[in-house]
Amino acid sequence: MYQYNEFDEAFVRDRVETFRGQVARRIDGSLTEDEFKPLRLMNGLYLQLHAYMLRVAVPYGTLNPVQMRKLADIADTYDKGYGHFTTRQNIQFNWPKLQDVPDILSDLADVEMHAIQTSGNCIRNVTADHFAGAAADEIEDPRPTAELLRQWSTDHPEFAYLPRKFKIAITGAPNDRAVTKAHDIGLRMQRDAQGNPGYEVIIGGGLGRTPMIGKVLRAFLPKADLLPYLEAILHVYNLHGRRDNKYKARIKILVHETGLEAIREQVEAQFLLQRAAFEPVAEQVIANIEAAFAPPAYVSRPIGGDDASDAGFRSWMDTNIADHKRDDYAIVSISLKPIGGTPGDASSEQMRVMADLAERYGHSELRVSHEQNIILPHVHRADLALIYAALKAVGLATANIGLLSDMIACPGMDYCALATARSIPIAQEISTHFDALKIERDVGPLKIKISGCINACGHHHVGHIGILGLNRAGVENYQITLGGDGTETAAVGERAGPGFAADDLIPAIERLIEAYLELREAPEETFLDAYRRLGQAPFKAALYPDQVTRNAA
Amino acid sequence: MAREFTPKVLTANHLLEGDAIYRDGSGGWSRNHQEAKLFTDQREAEAALVAALAEPGTIVGPYLADAKAGPNGPLPVHFREAFRTRGPSNYNHGKQVELNHVSV
Ligand code: SF4
Repeated sequence: MYQYNEFDEAFVRDRVETFRGQVARRIDGSLTEDEFKPLRLMNGLYLQLHAYMLRVAVPYGTLNPVQMRKLADIADTYDKGYGHFTTRQNIQFNWPKLQDVPDILSDLADVEMHAIQTSGNCIRNVTADHFAGAAADEIEDPRPTAELLRQWSTDHPEFAYLPRKFKIAITGAPNDRAVTKAHDIGLRMQRDAQGNPGYEVIIGGGLGRTPMIGKVLRAFLPKADLLPYLEAILHVYNLHGRRDNKYKARIKILVHETGLEAIREQVEAQFLLQRAAFEPVAEQVIANIEAAFAPPAYVSRPIGGDDASDAGFRSWMDTNIADHKRDDYAIVSISLKPIGGTPGDASSEQMRVMADLAERYGHSELRVSHEQNIILPHVHRADLALIYAALKAVGLATANIGLLSDMIACPGMDYCALATARSIPIAQEISTHFDALKIERDVGPLKIKISGCINACGHHHVGHIGILGLNRAGVENYQITLGGDGTETAAVGERAGPGFAADDLIPAIERLIEAYLELREAPEETFLDAYRRLGQAPFKAALYPDQVTRNAA
Repeated sequence: MAREFTPKVLTANHLLEGDAIYRDGSGGWSRNHQEAKLFTDQREAEAALVAALAEPGTIVGPYLADAKAGPNGPLPVHFREAFRTRGPSNYNHGKQVELNHVSV
């Protein structure tokens, strides 16, 4: 994986010591909160409802076992023995004390990690497919491109003061696991007619207050043209993006207001200029980056027979295993969604077990997925039964990836100071309720995503069933959206109707699921497919039965 | 027309632990909502807030929150404030287990 170079290491150490001084001056009263707040936010430290929260960056969601163990140690030493993995592929600690934070940052620096947030209106951390470098459907590992983009955009003078923050996601596979259509720029690797790799360039996606699905700006961009082409996009955005209104400043609004055609003309014209003036990145730089993401030393040995007698193992194999680019290897998704648990949480003990398994069986690689699970991307199929047994011993063998209980839920009002309602208890209740009904397998692939406010960290807009927690007249109220999709067939979910009080929400979702089971043509027709075929009406009728009776009367 | 003043408590977060704290009757800070002083006079409440804003030593982000009188002291009105008196609902963490009526 990518190793810090000397500059990065010195830079991070320096930042930790600077922050240590700032914390000391805040505690002794020589810095006011107004002065200190921007400094702590730059170091990933937020003040939430009940405590501080430290958000630690996990670039491209890639972790090694040493880092995972360090996260476990931090959880034990300075927190309450657990961590929360987020939809931004980060980890958050919910209970650090202010005076301990410099020590935590120093411990992180020991394993080449940090909590520095690329805050401000610049190009943020580039996110990538969590199966990158392993997936069977992948054209190329997208992470070298992501790293190249990071190096290119860091301190790029033209892009330090964009109208607003700017997020890029990249996937090397046609199956989009990186939600590229919900980013300012999404890049999907493609091959041209000659088989050369390049990118489909998607522009103007985003969730939050004004959700929009990105549009294809360029169907195929040769790899070598990537940087000048992105410079052209950013140049156009920098010139024309709105700076008068924070809520209208993202590139999605520019694309929406100007029109895709007009933006494309401007970008393509600018691209010709950028390309003519562009100094190609030195081959050595590219070679170094690619070497840093070189595939592991795979081992060829017999797969052996699975222990097919264990029903638990079989159902885990059904849902939690994805195809690796090598036939004798597999990708393991470790579910952080135990029935009734908090989506994305892992105890220090669980972190250590995952680290050990990665070290022993997984070429020392771990990934954090935006769906709040942990991935072992390179596992020999001969070892799957052992891994399952080890996971099961610490409550990590929930066989539910891609199913109803594999929900995304943001921290919501149990932790987050911005929340308008809670999301975690809703996720817990849904998971417990449907587990008791034992219909999850029958229901099949289903994505429920829950956010505790309009900021949409829980990606509710792209959930097949999206749930948004709001405050309605002093009571928590939950709005349902239907038909959202975060993959290559992305769509923003449509609001179904008035929201539900917490107590009415679970029965409403049960009616929805029952309606789907009735309506589907065959078990193979997923919830999303049925919704697309039938439209909202029958699902709405299930959600609001009284209304239908009233209208019919 | 000015809205009628509803009773308030003065609350903030503790500088080191970050947990919710409340201005008590003695002018100090308590971690217990029920030990908070219930302000029924707008001017007095606002004066207390201004004073707290100038007191950066141990607190962060003071504000006035709606509250009502209860049998054992003030009770929160909004659910967000109620959560702040307890802690998260998914684990037994925070005030619901740690509260020991010690003033800050
Ligand atoms: S969606 Fe809202 S409540 Fe949830 S984590 Fe984001 S800001 Fe907080």
